[in-house]
Amino acid sequence: MWHVGEVIALHDETATARTITLEVAGWPAHVAGQHVDVRLTAPDGYSAVRSYSIASGPSSERRVELTVERLDNGEVSPYLTQELAVGDRLELRGPIGGWFVWRTHQTEPVQLVAGGSGIVPLMSMIRSRKAAGSAAPFRLLYSVRERAAVFYRDELRALTENEDLSLTYAYTRLAPAGWPRPPGRIDPTLIANATWPSNLGPTCYVCGPTSFVEVAASLLIASGHSPERIRTERFGPTGDRK
Amino acid sequence: MSSHIYDYLDGNAAGGELSKIFAADVTVAEGQCAHCGSTKRFAEAHLYMQCPGVVARCAVCEQILLRLVTVRDRALLDLSGMTYLSFDTSQFEQ
Repeated sequence: MWHVGEVIALHDETATARTITLEVAGWPAHVAGQHVDVRLTAPDGYSAVRSYSIASGPSSERRVELTVERLDNGEVSPYLTQELAVGDRLELRGPIGGWFVWRTHQTEPVQLVAGGSGIVPLMSMIRSRKAAGSAAPFRLLYSVRERAAVFYRDELRALTENEDLSLTYAYTRLAPAGWPRPPGRIDPTLIANATWPSNLGPTCYVCGPTSFVEVAASLLIASGHSPERIRTERFGPTGDRK
Repeated sequence: MSSHIYDYLDGNAAGGELSKIFAADVTVAEGQCAHCGSTKRFAEAHLYMQCPGVVARCAVCEQILLRLVTVRDRALLDLSGMTYLSFDTSQFEQ
């Protein structure tokens, strides 16, 4: 049930987040939005399991990319983002989950709403759409602390320039000079301006910290979206699972 | 109940742990809450992992749907909070 993956590349997305590319023998193809469990085992036998979203599109054969954000008081993420080296091995379980997924046969408009590192599984959906040549209209509302905290910045810029994606950044702490909206949390005006209207019947995928997802999902429902069309993935401190 | 707010995840997050026991993906199954009768995907349940094991609560009434605790060589699964789980069998063909 546990696969062994070898680290073949490491790439820093921001000062605190790193993308880990793994090659995993026998890894089944994943669907965009799925996650994996990563297990680390210490020499004394103590082990810790954490869940991380898959960032890569599903076309990547035997390869899986995870983007991990470092939590300063974390038990696993400091190791994954600071100590892990190319050639190291990790135990992986998955791919996991058939609910928070976007499949390439879906043709309806898609509204993605990311809070911070909640962008990761949504990026897998964006990459899958591109790889499949899908015409499903995608919009992304990306709430992020500041410009320097944006993941996949150059790739997102290229996607918007090619009109593969309509993207709105919402900065929560520090906005670039001249940015039209002052820094702040997402609100009804932003939802009205930066997301598909509910009458287009989009499927909405919301991912971020639990508090962000609560607010974003409530705002979407208040603006007329049916709760059945909103799929959420919350993340947060998950304790010491073994 | 207010102390629970903001410290839970979605039922999705239990997929890995449940795959140790079930061959099918339980997170996409529809489950009926034995307390309030609402029917939702298991992925939509509120999941608490900061406890010895995993506890899933109904997203509507917050009563317990599932508890899974693993101690040494034994896993204990309590499903008494769900009347039934309904699976789309097409996933079994994949």
